[in-house]
Amino acid sequence: MIRVVTEATAVRTNEGFGSGWRVVARKEFADHLLSGRFLVLTAVLAVAAAGAVFAASGGIRSVAVDATGVPALFLKLFTVTTDPVPFPLVVFIGFLAPLLGIMFGFDAISGERSQGTLPRLLAQPIHRDEVILGKFVGGLAVVALMLTALTVFVSGIGIFRLGLFPEPTEVVRLLVWLLVAIIYVGFWQALATLTSILVPRAATSAMIAVGFWLVLTLFGSFIFRAAASVLANPDDQVASIRAELLLSRLSPYTLYSETSTVLLDPTERATGLLTAQQVDRAIVSNLSLPQSLSVVWPQVVGLLALTAALFAVAYVAFMRQEVRA
Amino acid sequence: MAHVKAGAATTVVTHHLTKDYGEARVVDNLELKLKAGEIFGLLGPNGAGKTTTILMLLGLIEPTAGSIEVLGLDPSRHPLTVKRRVGYLPDAVGFYDGMTGWENLSFTAQLNRLGNGDVRINELLDEVGLAEARDQKAGTYSRGMKQRLGIADALLKDPDILILDEPTTAIDPEGVAEILTMIRRLAEERGVTVLLSSHLLHQVQAVCDRVAIFVRGKVVAQGAPAELASRGGGPEEVEFNTSSTDDKVRSALGQAGFVKKLEPARIRGNYVARIDRGSTNKLVSALVNGGVQLDGIRRTSDDLDEVYRRYFHMDDQGRD
Ligand SMILES: Nc1ncnc2c1ncn2[C@@H]1O[C@H](COP(=O)(O)OP(=O)(O)OP(=O)(O)O)[C@@H](O)[C@H]1O
Ligand SMILES: [Mg+2]
Repeated sequence: MIRVVTEATAVRTNEGFGSGWRVVARKEFADHLLSGRFLVLTAVLAVAAAGAVFAASGGIRSVAVDATGVPALFLKLFTVTTDPVPFPLVVFIGFLAPLLGIMFGFDAISGERSQGTLPRLLAQPIHRDEVILGKFVGGLAVVALMLTALTVFVSGIGIFRLGLFPEPTEVVRLLVWLLVAIIYVGFWQALATLTSILVPRAATSAMIAVGFWLVLTLFGSFIFRAAASVLANPDDQVASIRAELLLSRLSPYTLYSETSTVLLDPTERATGLLTAQQVDRAIVSNLSLPQSLSVVWPQVVGLLALTAALFAVAYVAFMRQEVRA
Repeated sequence: MAHVKAGAATTVVTHHLTKDYGEARVVDNLELKLKAGEIFGLLGPNGAGKTTTILMLLGLIEPTAGSIEVLGLDPSRHPLTVKRRVGYLPDAVGFYDGMTGWENLSFTAQLNRLGNGDVRINELLDEVGLAEARDQKAGTYSRGMKQRLGIADALLKDPDILILDEPTTAIDPEGVAEILTMIRRLAEERGVTVLLSSHLLHQVQAVCDRVAIFVRGKVVAQGAPAELASRGGGPEEVEFNTSSTDDKVRSALGQAGFVKKLEPARIRGNYVARIDRGSTNKLVSALVNGGVQLDGIRRTSDDLDEVYRRYFHMDDQGRD
């Protein structure tokens, strides 16, 4: 029997507008943490991290035997590898981390559509942009959590098993690198969010985003070389390499790789092409933290800009879309 | 005791409201005026433009032309204030499958910044008959259960206006009666203004104070159900039951000009007659005078039904 609640038990608190995105983000965060994909991705990351640390520790031992006073020995945990493992951890992250972004974004909007929750959600007193912002932030928060846990895990092994202690500057380098890695994943999450808006079927959306990832990370260098050879005079080697470099910096993968190389290895003096003259004049010494930061600054800004631009495209696409498309 | 919450005497007003999708005009110069506390039915066949109209009232679709006022505000310019005070049940309402019914409502409560929403959620779940299923995942709910949850969801914010898009489609007959009773009570006790859309006239006519019959983007008739019916004037339909022979029935009614059509009904001995409005009496005397053994008679077409059919029929012809 239906009975009407005659007493208004609902009390309206906080009349201020504009924090609905936090509610959305919180829900999204909780959803992801309980999801199967979170478990799978955590397992993949854990295996990758364990393998990389194992390989790196072998490398570090041999370095440490050779010479004490190797700069930033601790960071080598992230940048060095030895045989059977093909890549150091930073490179692994460069390959794998996009998957995190894609997995937490590919059905952001299409999922709402297929469950029929979008009209109901948009009829609540929140702005439409808060929906997409909340979803993005919620997903990226999970990514940040995972990458941070990974970094802590690897550092912990370095400290407790190998007896390596990070210098304060190494900690800062690591934190900046972590931030850059999160922004890098943010790019892929923005891409996946965009495909989730444009493509109604989640599986298709995921395929498109994953396709992009494969092409850019596996074949990116071929594509940029081919494009450069079209653009630059092939006889002028320097010019065509410059063109290739310039083009490749449109790729978030390149930006991430360059940034992490310089940040995590103080002996890296620059990114990209050095002419013989520049190398001649360069004084051989390690870069201080501020120096490293100033070298990668343009890359970081570029990565941030790419991510923001892609998110803006997704945002506009969502704002223009029909509620029941 | 009815009390009006919204201050304004009219709560939803549209003026020349029009929506085009490309060449197609889906809503055509719609004029609506909902009075506070009334239940208004937007009735029309599939594709009439009901959902489009509702989404425009919520500010979720931009009108091509015309103006809207909801509680005195333009929903596309003050979307949050409007959405804070309007409860909405979408057609084919959906919930997050992985969350329980209770959690789904809790999410809505948070989006509306409702303090002590928990108490209210339990009350509402009780009210719509989902108390037992509150901790069950919404993905396991039947369509009717989802619809009930949707009604609870729309009521959560204690709205001034309730917009229900096809609130009864997936619900069993008993549930329909319950829900309509509840809607009626909300309007009477709390002065909530209700706009509901449906293509099932029979279900909603009893509960609506006024209805608009909406066909292909246009309102073809509007008013209280009784008022609309009296405007009808067309033939009505009665079904009678006799043990006399077919010949006898036909000869008794052969001369009667008010009988437009006579045919046997599906049940043996039953006939359906289309007669001029108000001539039931004449039909009975013609049958009795003709020596027909009349066992029973009842009107089968509702008056409003007739109106509705007429307009819908008009629409069918338009499509041919
Ligand atoms: N995004 C769109 N683009 C083009 N046409 C659309 C779009 N959305 C709806 N329509 C058209 O608008 C018309 C009205 O649709 P609407 O959903 O408002 O009808 P309705 O009265 O709610 O029907 P139903 O009873 O089936 O729910 C339909 O003919 C539909 O094809
Ligand atoms: Mg509809």
